[in-house]
Amino acid sequence: MTVQELIDSGLFITVNQGDQLDKEITKPFCCDLLSIAMGRAPEGCAWITVMGNLNTLAVASLTETACVILAEGSVLDDAAAKKASEQKITVLKTEMPVFDAAQAVWKRLAAS
Amino acid sequence: MSESDVITLTYAISPDDFTRAGEASSDVKGKLKQMGVCPEAVRKVAIAMYEGEINMVIHARGGEITVNITPKQIEMILADAGPGIPDVELAMKAGFSTAPDEIRSLGFGAGMGLPNMQKYSDEMKIDTVIGKGTTIFMKVNILPAS
Repeated sequence: MTVQELIDSGLFITVNQGDQLDKEITKPFCCDLLSIAMGRAPEGCAWITVMGNLNTLAVASLTETACVILAEGSVLDDAAAKKASEQKITVLKTEMPVFDAAQAVWKRLAAS
Repeated sequence: MSESDVITLTYAISPDDFTRAGEASSDVKGKLKQMGVCPEAVRKVAIAMYEGEINMVIHARGGEITVNITPKQIEMILADAGPGIPDVELAMKAGFSTAPDEIRSLGFGAGMGLPNMQKYSDEMKIDTVIGKGTTIFMKVNILPAS
């Protein structure tokens, strides 16, 4: 499943559409501690977190995350929203808890 | 690029500026990609250097990073004039952190910085003097194209 296909699934609300929409999503990855995400986020993952700050985007970009999904109704702060747009990183959001969001991505991946 | 060629990049790391932390690592990552360096080495350099950059912002009032790129390896030298590391062995332990609460609220301070730097570099050396500063050398090998 590509990032575009995840967007098209309508499971999540699109906050920012990035430039790597044809990137294949490898797996969901859940973590809020950035140093752990930095070391462990698998390339191409859909990273589900409640941290919506600038550093989340820096980590997403450096680890080549396919997209960031903000769970539990969390949002990007203003500086982060600007950065997502500038750096063309796909950011989605949902009211779902982290586990449910990850499970939803997982089910889609299994079906694709 | 012949074997003796070295490309050197230098970055000044601003103190206490989390809005810019990661810019140097992103720039190096972009340049390595442009040079066609293998993706594995690019990812290792990006992660190791970002952790170092963040540490310099949190603990050392910034500093300077020098990156030397040769066809076989990428060497990073992260030098700061911060407080130094009193117990390097303890600081290298996963989970040990002296980061203040406001840093933790940003998602850092998990005590994974130095362990990640070691994990993602092929060689790492820490020179630290209390009250004078810390210099960390890291090397990432570039694997020959298969």
